[in-house]
Amino acid sequence: MAHTIALAGNPNTGKSTLFNLLTGLKQHTGNWPGKTVLRAEGELKTEKHVYTVIDLPGTYSLYSNSADEEVARDYIIFEKPDITLVVVDATSLERNLNIALQVLEMTDRAILCVNLIDEARKKGIHIDKEPLSKQLGIPVILISAREKIGIIQLLKTIDQMTEGKIETQPFKIKYNQTVEKKIKQLEPQIKQIIGNALPARWVALRILDGDIKLLDSLKSYLQNPDFVAEKHQPAQGGCCHGA
Amino acid sequence: MTANKPIYHFQVGDRIEITSVELQDVMRRRLLDLGFVPGTVIEVVQKSPLGDPLAFKVFNTTIALRKEESSLIYGKKVYKEVV
Ligand SMILES: Nc1nc2c(ncn2[C@@H]2O[C@H](COP(=O)(O)OP(=O)(O)OP(=O)(O)O)[C@@H](O)[C@H]2O)c(=O)[nH]1
Ligand SMILES: [Mg+2]
Repeated sequence: MAHTIALAGNPNTGKSTLFNLLTGLKQHTGNWPGKTVLRAEGELKTEKHVYTVIDLPGTYSLYSNSADEEVARDYIIFEKPDITLVVVDATSLERNLNIALQVLEMTDRAILCVNLIDEARKKGIHIDKEPLSKQLGIPVILISAREKIGIIQLLKTIDQMTEGKIETQPFKIKYNQTVEKKIKQLEPQIKQIIGNALPARWVALRILDGDIKLLDSLKSYLQNPDFVAEKHQPAQGGCCHGA
Repeated sequence: MTANKPIYHFQVGDRIEITSVELQDVMRRRLLDLGFVPGTVIEVVQKSPLGDPLAFKVFNTTIALRKEESSLIYGKKVYKEVV
């Protein structure tokens, strides 16, 4: 079966440009079930693997304030792509890292694609790739989807992650004592209900945030027959998926 | 020192450091996601003829807010660069 790659990030960061570059003409589009949000899916073949690439709608956040955000969030949390590429704008990194941190609370298997690097260089912006990668705990690749810079490196990293050769240690935001204490209380109860199917810390945070809509999505997810099988699978290891 | 007041009351060209966001739930979340985070410096870039909505530059993006929202976000005038 093909591995799945999701493209996530703020609006206008070049996700579709990267999607087109990666998948060429092998694409099909439609709508997400029940939503008027465009869904684009395509195929990527590297030297070693075949991938299905999904272009998620661009959003500032993944907290489901809109149909777009809900689609992107549900895909990452419930469909669990093998790899999530977080596409950020090199010229506006501070704004863009908000969604990157949200993705890292949801999955271990992410790569930060710092896009528009051509534009950043023109503006004299230098991105310190190594410290950024160290602090976020995931690979960081500087790319230009338009000028086709850094794409070979990106494909290499995707293959390596698929083969379990990259160990990630995604940065997790530490909240204040009160919140952390409540997370600790909730986590074991969440694990009892959903096993390792979803990241318990993330679910705890959503509950503490009073995210009623997520609880609805969660309920239908728990009634899905696929879930029962998944509940008892070992936790998603950061490094060992697909190894 | 200048006092905190709703960002709705500033003038075009003013740079404002956000001090608090007095909205709740989904709208609060939404504004934080758009970059209206305490500590952030924003700039008033445009005012409509009737003063509503008001456009702000926030982390390199222009965002227009209605009075309903911009009168519940507080800030103080500062004299530093906007990101
Ligand atoms: N200079 C430069 N421009 C780029 C690059 N990648 C994309 N763009 C341009 O940025 C604009 C937005 O690109 P899209 O690919 O549509 O962005 P998107 O993330 O899919 O946008 P949404 O789907 O609205 O979230 C287009 O005009 C692209 O040509 C890049 O690497 N460098
Ligand atoms: Mg797009």
